[in-house]
Amino acid sequence: MDNLSYLFVAYTVIFAVIFGYVLFIWRRQVALEAELRAMEARMRALDEAAGAGKAAESRAGS
Amino acid sequence: MNGRAVRLGLGLVTLALMLIALYMVFVYVPTEADQGIVQRIFYFHVPCALVAFASFALVAIAGVFYLWLGQQVWDDLGYAAAETGMVFCTLVLVTGSIWAKPIWGAWWTWDSRLTTTLILWLLYGGYLMLRAMAGDSEQGARFGAVVGIVAAIDVPIVIVSVRLWRTIHPAVLVTRQGGHGLEDPRMVATLLVSLAAFTALFIWILCLRFVTLRMRTRLGALARSLALAEAAAQDS
Repeated sequence: MDNLSYLFVAYTVIFAVIFGYVLFIWRRQVALEAELRAMEARMRALDEAAGAGKAAESRAGS
Repeated sequence: MNGRAVRLGLGLVTLALMLIALYMVFVYVPTEADQGIVQRIFYFHVPCALVAFASFALVAIAGVFYLWLGQQVWDDLGYAAAETGMVFCTLVLVTGSIWAKPIWGAWWTWDSRLTTTLILWLLYGGYLMLRAMAGDSEQGARFGAVVGIVAAIDVPIVIVSVRLWRTIHPAVLVTRQGGHGLEDPRMVATLLVSLAAFTALFIWILCLRFVTLRMRTRLGALARSLALAEAAAQDS
């Protein structure tokens, strides 16, 4: 290999590794955001169900 | 301005600085007389090393604060810095090896600078393995903080290794007796711009990873409260 090839390989490795790592973080972030949204929706649904239950109980009591 | 806009702005600044650095490395800076064109690897190799050292110092600082205050945010910062530091430390070892082959005639030699850097890489590799095995436990975070602090002792040893022991590694920032790394002011300017680009890249990547880890922490807390709420709903 000549010196230009070594230089090319070195800079290619740098940018490939950095790009790969940023891609890994980005994909992880997208997956976590989706998971977080789903969990928040479940939490809201649970709160609403609990609220509806309490309202039904108070109606039955009166 | 929200966090997403700050990260986007930081990403754009990093991109601009990286393009300027690339222009300077491949067009502006003169070719070194002894080593020839392959010496240009050095303009990204040195900033990678400095950024890796800064990452590992940050791991130690975050570890001290985590052990002191016990706040999860310090653990997340330490973990993000360790992972980012490992990426840059890997690049240091790989680019150094690629430079060494045409200059020294070997991919690797057990030189003091190279050996201490490899030890640093192994130490933080151990830190990440420990964290991966321990999961999200508090004990894992505490052990990780201790390992991060102890491992950071190797950072100053790597820096002064070219002074402490006989070495063939070129001294750039820490000069040996009478040794001088960069003669041409254009070389110094290129190194400084590359350093600025890599500092911005490091901060940007660290922010991205830190945000991801904070999200994971929030998700864990939300999962615990959801489990409690579901159990309470089933009981009633």
